[in-house]
Amino acid sequence: MAITLSGDQTIPAPPLSSRLTPAQVWGIVLLAPYMLVFLAFVVYPVSYGLWLARHPASYVELYNDPVFARAAINTLIFLVVGINIKMLIALFLSGFFAQQRTWIKWLSVIFILPWAVPSIPTILSVRFMLNPEWGMVNQIIFKLTGEDGPNWLNDPTVALGMAIAVHIWKSLPFWTLILITGRLAIAHDLFEAADVDGASWWQKFRYITWPSMQTLYVTCTLLSMIWTLGDFNSVYLLTGGGPADLTHVLSTLGIRYLRLDQLSLAMASIVCAMPFVLPLVYFMMKRLSR
Amino acid sequence: MKLPTLREVATEARLLLIGIPVFIWTMVPIYHMFLFAISPKEDAFSGKMWPDHPTLHNFSIVFHEQHYFLRDFYVQFWNSVVIAAAVGALTLFVATAAAFSISRLKVPGGRIVMNLALFTYFIPAAFLAVPMYRTMGNYGLLNNRWSLILAMVTIASPYAIWVLKQASDKLPVELDEAAVMDGATTLQIFRLVYLPLMMPSLVAIGTYAVLLAWNEYLYAFLLLSNDQDITLPVALGNFLSADDSPWELLMTTGFIYALPPAAIYYAFRRYMVGGLTAGAVKS
Repeated sequence: MAITLSGDQTIPAPPLSSRLTPAQVWGIVLLAPYMLVFLAFVVYPVSYGLWLARHPASYVELYNDPVFARAAINTLIFLVVGINIKMLIALFLSGFFAQQRTWIKWLSVIFILPWAVPSIPTILSVRFMLNPEWGMVNQIIFKLTGEDGPNWLNDPTVALGMAIAVHIWKSLPFWTLILITGRLAIAHDLFEAADVDGASWWQKFRYITWPSMQTLYVTCTLLSMIWTLGDFNSVYLLTGGGPADLTHVLSTLGIRYLRLDQLSLAMASIVCAMPFVLPLVYFMMKRLSR
Repeated sequence: MKLPTLREVATEARLLLIGIPVFIWTMVPIYHMFLFAISPKEDAFSGKMWPDHPTLHNFSIVFHEQHYFLRDFYVQFWNSVVIAAAVGALTLFVATAAAFSISRLKVPGGRIVMNLALFTYFIPAAFLAVPMYRTMGNYGLLNNRWSLILAMVTIASPYAIWVLKQASDKLPVELDEAAVMDGATTLQIFRLVYLPLMMPSLVAIGTYAVLLAWNEYLYAFLLLSNDQDITLPVALGNFLSADDSPWELLMTTGFIYALPPAAIYYAFRRYMVGGLTAGAVKS
Protein backbone atom coordinates (compact mmCIF):
# COMPACT_ATOMS: atom_id res chain seq x y z
CA MET A 1 0.00 0.00 0.00
CA ALA A 2 1.18 3.50 -0.71
CA ILE A 3 -0.03 6.98 -0.11
CA THR A 4 -0.79 9.06 -3.24
CA LEU A 5 0.15 12.74 -2.89
CA SER A 6 -0.64 14.42 -6.20
CA GLY A 7 -0.32 13.15 -9.74
CA ASP A 8 1.92 10.16 -9.81
CA GLN A 9 4.03 11.23 -6.88
CA THR A 10 3.78 8.60 -4.15
CA ILE A 11 5.65 7.79 -1.00
CA PRO A 12 5.62 4.28 0.51
CA ALA A 13 3.29 3.87 3.50
CA PRO A 14 5.05 3.12 6.77
CA PRO A 15 5.15 -0.60 7.51
CA LEU A 16 2.14 -1.91 9.43
CA SER A 17 4.20 -2.69 12.51
CA SER A 18 5.25 0.92 13.01
CA ARG A 19 1.69 2.24 12.78
CA LEU A 20 0.49 -0.04 15.58
CA THR A 21 1.66 0.28 19.13
CA PRO A 22 3.09 -2.92 20.68
CA ALA A 23 -0.04 -3.13 22.84
CA GLN A 24 -2.23 -3.11 19.74
CA VAL A 25 -0.12 -5.82 18.10
CA TRP A 26 -0.61 -7.95 21.21
CA GLY A 27 -4.30 -7.12 21.11
CA ILE A 28 -4.58 -8.58 17.62
CA VAL A 29 -2.50 -11.63 18.54
CA LEU A 30 -4.63 -12.33 21.60
CA LEU A 31 -7.87 -11.86 19.71
CA ALA A 32 -6.73 -14.22 16.95
CA PRO A 33 -7.65 -17.53 18.67
CA TYR A 34 -11.28 -16.51 19.04
CA MET A 35 -11.37 -15.08 15.50
CA LEU A 36 -10.12 -18.44 14.17
CA VAL A 37 -12.77 -20.35 16.14
CA PHE A 38 -15.42 -17.90 14.96
CA LEU A 39 -14.44 -18.11 11.30
CA ALA A 40 -14.00 -21.89 11.23
CA PHE A 41 -17.00 -22.94 13.33
CA VAL A 42 -19.54 -20.14 12.98
CA VAL A 43 -19.00 -18.19 9.75
CA TYR A 44 -18.12 -21.15 7.55
CA PRO A 45 -20.87 -23.53 8.82
CA VAL A 46 -23.56 -20.85 8.74
CA SER A 47 -22.68 -19.70 5.20
CA TYR A 48 -22.36 -23.29 4.02
CA GLY A 49 -25.70 -24.12 5.62
CA LEU A 50 -27.40 -21.16 3.96
CA TRP A 51 -25.89 -22.20 0.66
CA LEU A 52 -27.33 -25.71 1.13
CA ALA A 53 -30.75 -24.18 1.79
CA ARG A 54 -30.70 -22.00 -1.32
CA HIS A 55 -33.09 -24.07 -3.50
CA PRO A 56 -36.74 -22.98 -3.41
CA ALA A 57 -37.65 -26.62 -4.04
CA SER A 58 -36.58 -27.47 -0.48
CA TYR A 59 -39.10 -25.02 0.94
CA VAL A 60 -41.90 -26.41 -1.22
CA GLU A 61 -41.05 -29.93 -0.07
CA LEU A 62 -40.91 -28.73 3.52
CA TYR A 63 -44.27 -27.01 3.17
CA ASN A 64 -45.78 -30.23 1.86
CA ASP A 65 -44.39 -32.32 4.71
CA PRO A 66 -47.14 -32.56 7.36
CA VAL A 67 -44.49 -33.19 10.01
CA PHE A 68 -43.10 -29.69 9.41
CA ALA A 69 -46.44 -27.96 9.92
CA ARG A 70 -47.00 -29.92 13.10
CA ALA A 71 -43.49 -29.15 14.36
CA ALA A 72 -43.98 -25.45 13.69
CA ILE A 73 -47.25 -25.44 15.65
CA ASN A 74 -45.68 -27.45 18.49
CA THR A 75 -42.80 -24.98 18.64
CA LEU A 76 -45.25 -22.12 18.88
CA ILE A 77 -47.17 -23.86 21.70
CA PHE A 78 -43.87 -24.53 23.45
CA LEU A 79 -42.87 -20.87 23.18
CA VAL A 80 -46.16 -19.15 23.91
CA VAL A 81 -47.72 -21.50 26.48
CA GLY A 82 -44.66 -23.20 27.96
CA ILE A 83 -42.47 -20.15 28.41
CA ASN A 84 -45.20 -17.98 29.86
CA ILE A 85 -46.23 -20.63 32.39
CA LYS A 86 -42.58 -21.13 33.30
CA MET A 87 -41.83 -17.43 33.73
CA LEU A 88 -44.99 -16.77 35.76
CA ILE A 89 -44.12 -19.64 38.11
CA ALA A 90 -40.55 -18.32 38.31
CA LEU A 91 -41.86 -14.84 39.17
CA PHE A 92 -44.12 -16.29 41.85
CA LEU A 93 -41.41 -18.54 43.31
CA SER A 94 -38.88 -15.72 43.34
CA GLY A 95 -41.16 -14.04 45.87
CA PHE A 96 -41.38 -17.26 47.86
CA PHE A 97 -37.60 -17.79 47.92
CA ALA A 98 -36.94 -14.16 48.83
CA GLN A 99 -38.59 -14.83 52.23
CA GLN A 100 -36.14 -14.96 55.11
CA ARG A 101 -36.53 -18.43 56.64
CA THR A 102 -33.88 -21.03 57.37
CA TRP A 103 -35.90 -23.85 55.83
CA ILE A 104 -36.55 -21.81 52.67
CA LYS A 105 -32.77 -21.25 52.33
CA TRP A 106 -32.23 -25.01 52.50
CA LEU A 107 -35.03 -25.60 50.02
CA SER A 108 -33.42 -23.15 47.61
CA VAL A 109 -30.19 -25.19 47.72
CA ILE A 110 -32.14 -28.30 46.71
CA PHE A 111 -34.33 -26.41 44.25
CA ILE A 112 -31.30 -25.72 42.04
CA LEU A 113 -30.63 -29.44 41.44
CA PRO A 114 -32.61 -29.88 38.18
CA TRP A 115 -30.49 -27.15 36.64
CA ALA A 116 -27.21 -28.50 38.06
CA VAL A 117 -27.59 -32.15 37.08
CA PRO A 118 -27.36 -33.28 33.43
CA SER A 119 -30.63 -33.64 31.56
CA ILE A 120 -30.06 -37.11 30.06
CA PRO A 121 -30.52 -39.27 33.17
CA THR A 122 -33.27 -37.11 34.66
CA ILE A 123 -35.35 -36.87 31.48
CA LEU A 124 -34.97 -40.61 30.94
CA SER A 125 -36.07 -41.04 34.55
CA VAL A 126 -39.23 -39.05 33.81
CA ARG A 127 -39.74 -41.11 30.68
CA PHE A 128 -39.79 -44.26 32.74
CA MET A 129 -42.02 -42.74 35.41
CA LEU A 130 -44.58 -42.12 32.66
CA ASN A 131 -44.45 -45.67 31.31
CA PRO A 132 -48.11 -46.79 31.21
CA GLU A 133 -47.49 -50.24 32.69
CA TRP A 134 -44.53 -50.04 35.07
CA GLY A 135 -44.15 -46.31 35.57
CA MET A 136 -44.44 -44.89 39.04
CA VAL A 137 -47.10 -42.34 38.07
CA ASN A 138 -49.64 -44.84 36.77
CA GLN A 139 -48.94 -47.27 39.61
CA ILE A 140 -49.81 -44.51 42.08
CA ILE A 141 -52.93 -43.61 40.09
CA PHE A 142 -53.93 -47.28 40.12
CA LYS A 143 -53.40 -47.59 43.87
CA LEU A 144 -55.41 -44.46 44.57
CA THR A 145 -58.30 -44.91 42.17
CA GLY A 146 -58.21 -48.53 41.04
CA GLU A 147 -58.25 -47.26 37.43
CA ASP A 148 -55.50 -47.36 34.82
CA GLY A 149 -53.85 -44.00 34.24
CA PRO A 150 -53.49 -42.43 30.80
CA ASN A 151 -50.86 -43.58 28.32
CA TRP A 152 -48.86 -40.39 28.82
CA LEU A 153 -46.48 -40.51 25.90
CA ASN A 154 -48.76 -42.15 23.36
CA ASP A 155 -51.23 -39.29 22.97
CA PRO A 156 -49.46 -36.47 21.11
CA THR A 157 -51.22 -33.68 23.00
CA VAL A 158 -50.44 -35.18 26.41
CA ALA A 159 -46.91 -36.09 25.33
CA LEU A 160 -46.22 -32.52 24.21
CA GLY A 161 -47.56 -31.30 27.54
CA MET A 162 -45.17 -33.66 29.31
CA ALA A 163 -42.25 -32.39 27.22
CA ILE A 164 -43.16 -28.84 28.24
CA ALA A 165 -43.34 -29.98 31.87
CA VAL A 166 -39.86 -31.50 31.58
CA HIS A 167 -38.57 -28.29 30.04
CA ILE A 168 -40.08 -26.30 32.91
CA TRP A 169 -38.64 -28.73 35.47
CA LYS A 170 -35.17 -28.30 34.00
CA SER A 171 -35.00 -24.53 33.49
CA LEU A 172 -37.29 -23.12 36.19
CA PRO A 173 -34.50 -22.94 38.82
CA PHE A 174 -32.29 -20.79 36.60
CA TRP A 175 -34.95 -18.18 35.86
CA THR A 176 -36.17 -18.16 39.45
CA LEU A 177 -32.60 -17.45 40.54
CA ILE A 178 -32.33 -14.52 38.13
CA LEU A 179 -35.68 -13.09 39.22
CA ILE A 180 -34.68 -13.43 42.90
CA THR A 181 -31.62 -11.27 42.14
CA GLY A 182 -33.99 -8.73 40.59
CA ARG A 183 -36.32 -8.81 43.58
CA LEU A 184 -33.52 -8.41 46.12
CA ALA A 185 -32.36 -5.29 44.28
CA ILE A 186 -35.60 -3.47 45.13
CA ALA A 187 -35.08 -1.00 47.98
CA HIS A 188 -36.47 -2.49 51.16
CA ASP A 189 -37.86 0.73 52.64
CA LEU A 190 -40.45 0.91 49.83
CA PHE A 191 -42.09 -2.20 51.27
CA GLU A 192 -41.80 -0.88 54.83
CA ALA A 193 -43.51 2.35 53.82
CA ALA A 194 -46.23 0.35 52.08
CA ASP A 195 -46.70 -1.76 55.22
CA VAL A 196 -47.13 1.38 57.28
CA ASP A 197 -49.81 2.53 54.84
CA GLY A 198 -51.51 -0.85 55.22
CA ALA A 199 -51.07 -2.01 51.64
CA SER A 200 -52.22 -5.54 50.74
CA TRP A 201 -49.72 -8.01 49.22
CA TRP A 202 -51.36 -7.51 45.84
CA GLN A 203 -51.00 -3.72 46.05
CA LYS A 204 -47.34 -4.13 47.03
CA PHE A 205 -46.80 -6.42 44.07
CA ARG A 206 -48.76 -4.21 41.67
CA TYR A 207 -47.19 -0.88 42.63
CA ILE A 208 -43.69 -1.77 43.88
CA THR A 209 -42.46 -5.20 42.79
CA TRP A 210 -43.81 -5.40 39.25
CA PRO A 211 -42.78 -1.92 38.05
CA SER A 212 -39.19 -2.49 39.16
CA MET A 213 -38.97 -5.99 37.70
CA GLN A 214 -40.90 -5.51 34.48
CA THR A 215 -37.89 -4.93 32.21
CA LEU A 216 -35.95 -7.81 33.70
CA TYR A 217 -38.97 -10.08 33.35
CA VAL A 218 -39.47 -9.22 29.67
CA THR A 219 -35.77 -9.67 28.91
CA CYS A 220 -35.74 -13.05 30.63
CA THR A 221 -38.83 -14.17 28.76
CA LEU A 222 -37.28 -13.27 25.39
CA LEU A 223 -33.94 -14.87 26.21
CA SER A 224 -35.74 -17.96 27.41
CA MET A 225 -37.59 -18.09 24.08
CA ILE A 226 -34.34 -18.08 22.12
CA TRP A 227 -32.84 -20.79 24.28
CA THR A 228 -36.00 -22.88 24.17
CA LEU A 229 -35.82 -22.89 20.38
CA GLY A 230 -32.46 -24.62 20.83
CA ASP A 231 -33.75 -27.07 23.42
CA PHE A 232 -33.40 -30.46 21.81
CA ASN A 233 -33.25 -32.70 24.87
CA SER A 234 -36.69 -32.15 26.44
CA VAL A 235 -38.53 -33.44 23.39
CA TYR A 236 -36.02 -35.87 21.92
CA LEU A 237 -35.25 -37.77 25.11
CA LEU A 238 -38.84 -37.89 26.32
CA THR A 239 -40.78 -38.75 23.18
CA GLY A 240 -38.19 -38.98 20.41
CA GLY A 241 -40.62 -36.83 18.39
CA GLY A 242 -43.23 -39.58 18.53
CA PRO A 243 -45.87 -40.90 18.52
CA ALA A 244 -45.97 -40.82 14.69
CA ASP A 245 -43.71 -37.75 14.50
CA LEU A 246 -46.42 -35.62 16.11
CA THR A 247 -44.44 -34.07 18.96
CA HIS A 248 -41.48 -32.74 16.99
CA VAL A 249 -40.40 -29.15 17.50
CA LEU A 250 -38.17 -27.27 15.04
CA SER A 251 -34.95 -28.24 16.84
CA THR A 252 -35.70 -31.96 16.79
CA LEU A 253 -37.10 -31.72 13.27
CA GLY A 254 -33.84 -30.30 11.90
CA ILE A 255 -31.92 -33.16 13.48
CA ARG A 256 -34.49 -35.67 12.17
CA TYR A 257 -33.92 -34.49 8.58
CA LEU A 258 -30.19 -34.57 9.23
CA ARG A 259 -30.42 -38.20 10.37
CA LEU A 260 -32.48 -38.99 7.26
CA ASP A 261 -29.68 -37.43 5.21
CA GLN A 262 -31.97 -34.66 3.92
CA LEU A 263 -29.58 -31.87 4.69
CA SER A 264 -31.17 -29.18 2.54
CA LEU A 265 -34.52 -29.84 4.27
CA ALA A 266 -32.81 -29.68 7.66
CA MET A 267 -31.30 -26.30 6.82
CA ALA A 268 -34.52 -25.05 5.22
CA SER A 269 -36.50 -25.86 8.38
CA ILE A 270 -34.01 -23.82 10.40
CA VAL A 271 -34.10 -20.94 7.92
CA CYS A 272 -37.89 -20.93 8.34
CA ALA A 273 -37.44 -20.24 12.05
CA MET A 274 -35.27 -17.19 11.36
CA PRO A 275 -38.15 -14.68 11.10
CA PHE A 276 -38.92 -15.59 14.73
CA VAL A 277 -35.36 -15.72 15.93
CA LEU A 278 -33.81 -12.63 14.37
CA PRO A 279 -36.11 -10.00 15.94
CA LEU A 280 -35.55 -11.66 19.33
CA VAL A 281 -31.79 -11.67 18.79
CA TYR A 282 -31.81 -8.06 17.64
CA PHE A 283 -33.71 -7.00 20.73
CA MET A 284 -31.43 -8.97 23.06
CA MET A 285 -28.30 -7.53 21.42
CA LYS A 286 -29.63 -4.03 21.93
CA ARG A 287 -30.41 -4.76 25.57
CA LEU A 288 -27.12 -6.44 26.38
CA SER A 289 -24.57 -4.44 24.43
CA ARG A 290 -25.58 -1.07 25.87
CA MET B 1 -39.95 -18.23 74.54
CA LYS B 2 -42.46 -16.09 72.72
CA LEU B 3 -45.41 -18.04 71.35
CA PRO B 4 -46.11 -17.40 67.65
CA THR B 5 -49.24 -15.39 66.99
CA LEU B 6 -52.06 -16.83 64.93
CA ARG B 7 -51.07 -14.57 62.08
CA GLU B 8 -47.50 -15.91 62.05
CA VAL B 9 -48.74 -19.50 62.09
CA ALA B 10 -51.02 -18.74 59.14
CA THR B 11 -48.14 -17.18 57.16
CA GLU B 12 -45.91 -20.17 57.90
CA ALA B 13 -48.66 -22.57 56.83
CA ARG B 14 -49.13 -20.72 53.57
CA LEU B 15 -45.38 -20.82 52.89
CA LEU B 16 -45.34 -24.55 53.60
CA LEU B 17 -48.23 -24.97 51.21
CA ILE B 18 -45.91 -23.67 48.49
CA GLY B 19 -42.69 -25.20 49.81
CA ILE B 20 -43.85 -28.81 50.02
CA PRO B 21 -45.09 -29.08 46.40
CA VAL B 22 -41.91 -27.30 45.23
CA PHE B 23 -39.80 -29.85 47.09
CA ILE B 24 -41.73 -32.80 45.63
CA TRP B 25 -41.69 -31.36 42.10
CA THR B 26 -37.94 -30.82 42.28
CA MET B 27 -36.99 -34.14 43.77
CA VAL B 28 -39.27 -36.71 42.16
CA PRO B 29 -37.30 -37.42 38.94
CA ILE B 30 -34.03 -37.40 40.86
CA TYR B 31 -35.40 -39.61 43.62
CA HIS B 32 -36.86 -41.95 41.01
CA MET B 33 -33.41 -42.27 39.43
CA PHE B 34 -31.84 -42.99 42.82
CA LEU B 35 -34.62 -45.47 43.68
CA PHE B 36 -33.93 -47.46 40.50
CA ALA B 37 -30.20 -47.41 41.21
CA ILE B 38 -30.63 -49.09 44.61
CA SER B 39 -33.46 -51.45 43.60
CA PRO B 40 -33.13 -55.02 42.40
CA LYS B 41 -34.83 -55.44 39.02
CA GLU B 42 -38.10 -56.89 40.50
CA ASP B 43 -38.56 -54.00 42.93
CA ALA B 44 -37.78 -51.37 40.34
CA PHE B 45 -40.75 -52.36 38.22
CA SER B 46 -43.20 -52.77 41.09
CA GLY B 47 -43.76 -49.06 41.71
CA LYS B 48 -42.68 -49.18 45.37
CA MET B 49 -41.57 -45.95 47.02
CA TRP B 50 -38.70 -47.77 48.73
CA PRO B 51 -37.34 -51.18 47.71
CA ASP B 52 -37.89 -54.15 50.03
CA HIS B 53 -34.25 -55.08 49.68
CA PRO B 54 -32.15 -52.02 48.82
CA THR B 55 -28.91 -53.10 47.22
CA LEU B 56 -25.71 -51.74 45.69
CA HIS B 57 -25.64 -54.64 43.25
CA ASN B 58 -26.41 -52.36 40.28
CA PHE B 59 -23.38 -50.22 41.08
CA SER B 60 -21.25 -53.34 41.22
CA ILE B 61 -22.50 -54.39 37.77
CA VAL B 62 -21.68 -50.96 36.36
CA PHE B 63 -18.24 -50.75 37.97
CA HIS B 64 -17.35 -54.24 36.79
CA GLU B 65 -18.76 -53.57 33.30
CA GLN B 66 -20.83 -56.76 33.61
CA HIS B 67 -23.43 -55.96 30.98
CA TYR B 68 -23.44 -55.74 27.21
CA PHE B 69 -24.32 -52.01 27.33
CA LEU B 70 -21.60 -51.29 29.88
CA ARG B 71 -18.63 -52.92 28.14
CA ASP B 72 -16.94 -49.58 27.63
CA PHE B 73 -18.10 -47.78 30.77
CA TYR B 74 -14.61 -46.66 31.89
CA VAL B 75 -13.50 -45.64 28.40
CA GLN B 76 -16.67 -43.58 27.96
CA PHE B 77 -16.38 -42.03 31.40
CA TRP B 78 -12.78 -41.11 30.60
CA ASN B 79 -13.85 -39.64 27.23
CA SER B 80 -16.31 -37.40 29.09
CA VAL B 81 -13.60 -36.32 31.54
CA VAL B 82 -11.00 -35.58 28.84
CA ILE B 83 -13.44 -33.67 26.65
CA ALA B 84 -14.83 -31.61 29.54
CA ALA B 85 -11.33 -30.76 30.78
CA ALA B 86 -10.15 -29.81 27.29
CA VAL B 87 -13.21 -27.63 26.66
CA GLY B 88 -12.71 -25.90 30.02
CA ALA B 89 -9.03 -25.20 29.37
CA LEU B 90 -9.42 -24.11 25.74
CA THR B 91 -12.45 -21.91 26.45
CA LEU B 92 -10.58 -20.19 29.27
CA PHE B 93 -7.57 -19.61 27.01
CA VAL B 94 -9.55 -18.29 24.04
CA ALA B 95 -11.95 -16.17 26.11
CA THR B 96 -9.42 -14.69 28.53
CA ALA B 97 -7.13 -13.67 25.68
CA ALA B 98 -10.05 -12.11 23.79
CA ALA B 99 -11.47 -10.32 26.85
CA PHE B 100 -8.04 -8.91 27.77
CA SER B 101 -7.51 -7.77 24.20
CA ILE B 102 -10.93 -6.11 23.90
CA SER B 103 -11.25 -4.64 27.36
CA ARG B 104 -7.70 -3.72 28.39
CA LEU B 105 -5.78 -3.26 25.12
CA LYS B 106 -8.75 -1.65 23.31
CA VAL B 107 -7.79 -3.46 20.14
CA PRO B 108 -9.25 -1.82 16.99
CA GLY B 109 -12.45 -3.61 16.01
CA GLY B 110 -12.77 -5.22 19.42
CA ARG B 111 -16.27 -3.92 19.85
CA ILE B 112 -17.37 -5.56 16.59
CA VAL B 113 -15.86 -8.90 17.59
CA MET B 114 -17.67 -8.62 20.90
CA ASN B 115 -21.01 -8.12 19.16
CA LEU B 116 -20.34 -10.97 16.73
CA ALA B 117 -19.61 -13.23 19.69
CA LEU B 118 -22.79 -12.09 21.40
CA PHE B 119 -24.69 -12.88 18.22
CA THR B 120 -23.32 -16.44 18.26
CA TYR B 121 -24.46 -16.77 21.85
CA PHE B 122 -28.02 -16.24 20.65
CA ILE B 123 -28.02 -18.80 17.85
CA PRO B 124 -30.09 -21.69 19.27
CA ALA B 125 -27.65 -24.57 19.84
CA ALA B 126 -29.75 -27.17 18.02
CA PHE B 127 -29.91 -24.90 14.95
CA LEU B 128 -26.15 -24.51 14.72
CA ALA B 129 -25.78 -28.28 15.14
CA VAL B 130 -27.03 -29.04 11.63
CA PRO B 131 -24.46 -27.03 9.65
CA MET B 132 -21.81 -27.77 12.29
CA TYR B 133 -22.21 -31.50 11.68
CA ARG B 134 -21.56 -31.09 7.96
CA THR B 135 -18.68 -28.71 8.61
CA MET B 136 -16.96 -31.23 10.87
CA GLY B 137 -17.40 -33.75 8.07
CA ASN B 138 -15.78 -31.36 5.60
CA TYR B 139 -12.88 -30.81 7.99
CA GLY B 140 -12.49 -34.58 8.35
CA LEU B 141 -13.04 -34.36 12.10
CA LEU B 142 -16.14 -36.54 12.48
CA ASN B 143 -15.74 -39.32 15.05
CA ASN B 144 -12.70 -37.52 16.38
CA ARG B 145 -13.00 -36.10 19.88
CA TRP B 146 -11.55 -32.81 18.61
CA SER B 147 -14.78 -32.21 16.71
CA LEU B 148 -16.76 -32.21 19.95
CA ILE B 149 -14.13 -30.21 21.82
CA LEU B 150 -14.00 -27.50 19.15
CA ALA B 151 -17.78 -27.40 18.81
CA MET B 152 -18.19 -26.93 22.55
CA VAL B 153 -15.47 -24.26 22.69
CA THR B 154 -17.36 -22.43 19.93
CA ILE B 155 -20.55 -22.57 21.97
CA ALA B 156 -18.98 -21.73 25.34
CA SER B 157 -16.67 -18.90 24.20
CA PRO B 158 -19.15 -16.13 23.37
CA TYR B 159 -20.71 -16.13 26.81
CA ALA B 160 -17.29 -16.57 28.42
CA ILE B 161 -15.88 -13.57 26.54
CA TRP B 162 -18.90 -11.50 27.43
CA VAL B 163 -18.78 -12.27 31.16
CA LEU B 164 -15.00 -11.82 31.31
CA LYS B 165 -15.20 -8.53 29.45
CA GLN B 166 -17.80 -7.21 31.89
CA ALA B 167 -15.50 -8.22 34.75
CA SER B 168 -12.38 -6.71 33.10
CA ASP B 169 -14.10 -3.40 32.54
CA LYS B 170 -14.54 -3.09 36.30
CA LEU B 171 -10.79 -3.30 36.97
CA PRO B 172 -9.29 0.21 37.29
CA VAL B 173 -7.18 1.40 34.31
CA GLU B 174 -4.69 2.89 36.79
CA LEU B 175 -3.38 -0.63 37.49
CA ASP B 176 -2.31 -1.09 33.88
CA GLU B 177 -0.90 2.45 33.72
CA ALA B 178 1.15 1.93 36.88
CA ALA B 179 2.51 -1.34 35.52
CA VAL B 180 3.49 0.36 32.25
CA MET B 181 5.26 3.11 34.23
CA ASP B 182 7.23 0.40 36.00
CA GLY B 183 8.31 -0.87 32.60
CA ALA B 184 6.09 -3.94 32.37
CA THR B 185 5.49 -5.38 28.91
CA THR B 186 1.96 -6.22 27.76
CA LEU B 187 2.46 -9.90 28.46
CA GLN B 188 3.73 -9.17 31.96
CA ILE B 189 0.66 -7.06 32.66
CA PHE B 190 -1.48 -9.93 31.42
CA ARG B 191 0.29 -12.52 33.55
CA LEU B 192 1.12 -10.58 36.71
CA VAL B 193 -1.65 -8.01 37.00
CA TYR B 194 -4.64 -9.14 34.98
CA LEU B 195 -4.87 -12.90 35.59
CA PRO B 196 -4.60 -12.76 39.42
CA LEU B 197 -7.29 -10.08 39.65
CA MET B 198 -9.61 -12.00 37.33
CA MET B 199 -9.32 -15.28 39.26
CA PRO B 200 -12.90 -15.44 40.63
CA SER B 201 -14.41 -14.84 37.18
CA LEU B 202 -12.02 -17.33 35.62
CA VAL B 203 -13.12 -19.99 38.11
CA ALA B 204 -16.77 -19.29 37.30
CA ILE B 205 -16.18 -19.44 33.54
CA GLY B 206 -13.99 -22.55 33.74
CA THR B 207 -16.69 -24.32 35.74
CA TYR B 208 -19.35 -23.15 33.30
CA ALA B 209 -17.45 -24.54 30.31
CA VAL B 210 -16.63 -27.85 32.01
CA LEU B 211 -20.26 -28.40 33.04
CA LEU B 212 -21.52 -27.42 29.59
CA ALA B 213 -19.25 -29.98 27.95
CA TRP B 214 -19.89 -32.69 30.54
CA ASN B 215 -23.66 -32.38 30.17
CA GLU B 216 -23.78 -32.02 26.40
CA TYR B 217 -25.83 -34.60 24.57
CA LEU B 218 -26.86 -33.37 21.12
CA TYR B 219 -23.43 -32.48 19.70
CA ALA B 220 -21.82 -35.53 21.27
CA PHE B 221 -24.50 -37.75 19.76
CA LEU B 222 -24.08 -36.21 16.30
CA LEU B 223 -20.32 -35.92 16.15
CA LEU B 224 -19.14 -39.16 17.77
CA SER B 225 -20.40 -42.66 17.07
CA ASN B 226 -17.93 -45.48 17.82
CA ASP B 227 -18.49 -47.16 21.18
CA GLN B 228 -14.89 -46.40 22.08
CA ASP B 229 -15.17 -42.67 21.27
CA ILE B 230 -18.57 -41.67 22.64
CA THR B 231 -19.11 -39.89 25.91
CA LEU B 232 -21.25 -41.22 28.74
CA PRO B 233 -24.47 -39.37 27.86
CA VAL B 234 -24.43 -40.79 24.33
CA ALA B 235 -23.93 -44.25 25.79
CA LEU B 236 -26.94 -43.62 28.05
CA GLY B 237 -29.02 -42.56 25.04
CA ASN B 238 -27.98 -45.75 23.24
CA PHE B 239 -29.49 -47.85 26.05
CA LEU B 240 -32.86 -46.87 24.64
CA SER B 241 -32.30 -48.64 21.33
CA ALA B 242 -32.85 -52.05 22.93
CA ASP B 243 -36.34 -53.50 23.26
CA ASP B 244 -35.88 -54.53 26.88
CA SER B 245 -33.51 -51.85 28.12
CA PRO B 246 -32.00 -52.63 31.53
CA TRP B 247 -33.56 -49.57 33.13
CA GLU B 248 -32.12 -50.16 36.58
CA LEU B 249 -28.60 -50.15 35.09
CA LEU B 250 -29.40 -47.14 32.92
CA MET B 251 -30.54 -45.22 36.02
CA THR B 252 -27.50 -46.37 38.02
CA THR B 253 -25.11 -45.21 35.30
CA GLY B 254 -27.09 -41.97 34.99
CA PHE B 255 -26.83 -41.42 38.72
CA ILE B 256 -23.04 -41.91 38.64
CA TYR B 257 -22.83 -39.58 35.66
CA ALA B 258 -24.91 -36.88 37.41
CA LEU B 259 -22.79 -36.83 40.57
CA PRO B 260 -19.67 -34.97 39.32
CA PRO B 261 -21.54 -31.94 37.90
CA ALA B 262 -23.70 -31.66 41.02
CA ALA B 263 -20.58 -31.83 43.20
CA ILE B 264 -18.69 -29.30 41.06
CA TYR B 265 -21.69 -27.01 41.07
CA TYR B 266 -22.01 -27.05 44.85
CA ALA B 267 -18.25 -26.65 45.32
CA PHE B 268 -18.16 -23.51 43.16
CA ARG B 269 -21.66 -22.23 43.86
CA ARG B 270 -20.36 -19.03 45.40
CA TYR B 271 -18.52 -18.10 42.20
CA MET B 272 -21.14 -19.47 39.83
CA VAL B 273 -24.18 -17.65 41.12
CA GLY B 274 -22.41 -14.31 41.39
CA GLY B 275 -20.43 -14.58 38.15
CA LEU B 276 -22.93 -16.22 35.87
CA THR B 277 -26.36 -14.95 36.84
CA ALA B 278 -25.10 -11.39 36.99
CA GLY B 279 -23.68 -11.91 33.50
CA ALA B 280 -26.66 -13.71 32.05
CA VAL B 281 -29.06 -10.82 32.23
CA LYS B 282 -28.03 -7.29 32.95
CA SER B 283 -31.01 -5.63 34.60
